[in-house]
Amino acid sequence: MTAVEAHNIVKTFGDVVALDGVTVSFEKGIVYGLLGPNGAGKTTLIRVLTTLLRPDSGSASVVGIDVVADPVGVRHRIGLAGQFAAVDDFLTGRENVEMVGRLYNLSKKDAARRAEDVLERIRLIDAADRPVRTYSGGMRRRLDLAASMVGNPEVLFLDEPTTGVDPRSRLDLWDLIEELVDAGTTLLLTTQYLDEADRLADRIGVIDRGHLIDEGTSDELKDRLGGNVVEVHVMGDDRATAAGALTTVADGELMTEGQALVIPAVNGARTLTAAVRALDDAGIEPQDIGLRRPTLDDVFLSLTGHRAEEEDHSEAPEHPSQRV
Amino acid sequence: MTTAIRHRQRVKLSDALTHTAVITRRNTLRVVRLPQLLLFSTIQPVMFLLLFNYVFGGAIAIGGPGGSVSGSDSYINWLIPGILVQTAVFGATATALGLTEDLGAGVIDRFRSLPMARSAVLAGRTIADLVRNTFVNGLMLIVGFLMGWRFEQGIPKMLLGVALALLFGYAFSWVMATIGLVAKTPEAAQSAGFLPIFPLVFASSVFVPTASMPDWLQVFAENQPVSVIANAVRSLMIPEEALLPLGLDQATLIWQSFAWIIVMVAVFGPLAVRQYRRSVG
Repeated sequence: MTAVEAHNIVKTFGDVVALDGVTVSFEKGIVYGLLGPNGAGKTTLIRVLTTLLRPDSGSASVVGIDVVADPVGVRHRIGLAGQFAAVDDFLTGRENVEMVGRLYNLSKKDAARRAEDVLERIRLIDAADRPVRTYSGGMRRRLDLAASMVGNPEVLFLDEPTTGVDPRSRLDLWDLIEELVDAGTTLLLTTQYLDEADRLADRIGVIDRGHLIDEGTSDELKDRLGGNVVEVHVMGDDRATAAGALTTVADGELMTEGQALVIPAVNGARTLTAAVRALDDAGIEPQDIGLRRPTLDDVFLSLTGHRAEEEDHSEAPEHPSQRV
Repeated sequence: MTTAIRHRQRVKLSDALTHTAVITRRNTLRVVRLPQLLLFSTIQPVMFLLLFNYVFGGAIAIGGPGGSVSGSDSYINWLIPGILVQTAVFGATATALGLTEDLGAGVIDRFRSLPMARSAVLAGRTIADLVRNTFVNGLMLIVGFLMGWRFEQGIPKMLLGVALALLFGYAFSWVMATIGLVAKTPEAAQSAGFLPIFPLVFASSVFVPTASMPDWLQVFAENQPVSVIANAVRSLMIPEEALLPLGLDQATLIWQSFAWIIVMVAVFGPLAVRQYRRSVG
């Protein structure tokens, strides 16, 4: 069964084209990862799919229900955890989750039972009766996740679930999300972290500047680079010369990743040998050279010409309604 | 594509009422659990009461051509009805602030992704603010009583007067909800909210009789809603024989008050709901 089906979605804010004809669909039972940098249109797409925004054109449905024609119908079937933990500081964790349960039209009793259940699953049961203002950042994110699950949604939307979370909490959240998936929850998550998409997503859609530019499993995307890559580290002065030498032997376009020069290596070891020889001929001694599997970062770079992860991960807009 | 479009689902009225109760409880708990909120929202009106009574009270001559209208020559009897209305109107700014805070924290996004009635977020907010206003106005009456305020027409009429002030505050909450949703941030809502409030509250009969104002201002001051409500509340608390010299008629004032309250809710209720749909889009 189809979980999400979006066709040619366009959404503009004034002069800014946030979504420029995005088409995406995936079936229930999988984790779909939407990967892209800040401002790529990830949040806008989530907001369209969760009925918070009307698309300018195009159509979208969630579990077969049209998001524009029957938004209330969609809301019964989904859960959303936004970029900021939307939890109330002055309520306890349990009260927060129960409140959301009541707003899903659960009876008091059912809301209490479901809250107990999700708080258990999310490992917050020991802190359930403490006010949320005593929670750490990671606990708040988990509580937000619990609230989004209390209505037993068929599709769960997580917008950058680990942005702004410390590394330890991030690993915890990953474990939790994997447990949810094992229990059969269908998930759409957005992320600007390649390792997150790599680890959690069954399918990855690469989104940039309002376009979905590629899609596939992590392995498929990597294979599209032609198997392996050769990564070369040289002294700063030698970079230009080395780049020139490598271009002559590369099986594709040369990429620079930080200090490293990377070329696709369709012929594996033969490309590596050729690269060593070319560098030698150019009189350059590399500090390090090796053959490796491409990462999603390589994929992203080759697709878009720029990196997915930005220098500053904390750069979040101040106001949710201004998010694009 | 999306062939399986079912009938558009609507939120049932009984569910909408439950949602409103849930949101009201949430907003009220915030005030109860953060006592400093209540403390500071109470100190300000009490300070107004003390300042106006003891600083200006002596200088403000209450009395039309016929002499004293307060019946006891005391400014406090004139002031209390007005300050109940002023407190309710100032208190309504909490509606704008609360909504902008929820917007900023992403709470409104969460609510909008739930199968709940959209009006419940706004209704739950305005009702919670009414509850808080009721508490604050009750406290004002106690402080007023200690300062010498007395009502002259019995408890039922006094209570009707208090209810009028609170209902007007409730209607004003919808104005503030609209302003808050347009302004979007607490800072902007704070300044924008007081723009209509200052002229309405100060160019009115809340603190002083309008007779001393220039003619052109009198026209505004006597006919704008805050004066109408303040006079109506006053007409229910000061001696009946004191109304005549002021040209006040209790029955007229009361129906005018209800008319203003109904018109404000009827206009700003839908406006706020419309803005709510937009501002989060």
